[in-house]
Amino acid sequence: MMISAELLLAGVAAVVLLICTAAYCVLVSRNLVRILIGLEIFTKAVTLLIILGGLAAGRIALGQSLVITLIVVEVVVIVVAAGVVINSYGHSLSLDTRELEKLKG
Amino acid sequence: MTFEAGILLALLVASALWAVMTYSLVMSAIGLGIASAMLAILMYELGAPMAAVIELSVCAGLITVVFISAISLTPRMQDREERADAKRRLARFFPLPLILAAAAWVMFAYGDAVELPIALPQAEQGGVREALWEARSFDVIGQIVIILAGAFAVVILFKNLRKPGGERR
Repeated sequence: MMISAELLLAGVAAVVLLICTAAYCVLVSRNLVRILIGLEIFTKAVTLLIILGGLAAGRIALGQSLVITLIVVEVVVIVVAAGVVINSYGHSLSLDTRELEKLKG
Repeated sequence: MTFEAGILLALLVASALWAVMTYSLVMSAIGLGIASAMLAILMYELGAPMAAVIELSVCAGLITVVFISAISLTPRMQDREERADAKRRLARFFPLPLILAAAAWVMFAYGDAVELPIALPQAEQGGVREALWEARSFDVIGQIVIILAGAFAVVILFKNLRKPGGERR
């Protein structure tokens, strides 16, 4: 499939907006689960960018294989991070990053 | 640009924004699942069906379940605490739609000046199967190692999980 220049530009614009949303979420949120949601939105943006890159380079099969690898890594990272968040809740009884005072110093 | 792809891109950004802005964490996880589903449909439209299927089943399904399980393992805030927190959250997240609108306006105004290179589609022998199992076979080994590392990490994390009282589960 040949991608049109307009669709490529619109896709890259959507990627920029998704990265802005995710960066704002990660920087401003104080809830650990919401920070993970921001991280997940970052990976959505990267997934879309890889597919657009594959289409623009004319090698969509390679793009798809990289996306499959990215999804596997993403799932493992999110599952382990969710485990760390639950463990952290077990210790501090809070999901607020300001309550994680034992990490200071 | 096809009309469907444009709508899907807009819905993808809108659902990601909703996932970040909404107060309830469960709604946030559902918003993320909707964003994944939109991305999967978009990938299918763009001619990447294999990646779309995996995105839909794993990201829209499994990761939403993981998030909802993690949220259900933690208690809700008290009503009064929740109302105060909602006001503070609104103040902190209020600039985000404005930032996105400004970024969209800048890209819309100056987008014509940018020229992105587009190559002609190349004939790829065997498609995704060939690319994944032969050209990128080392990635598959990496994936196996990462899955095993993740499985061991989860086992160790939940083995040491303590109850709020301090005793081991």
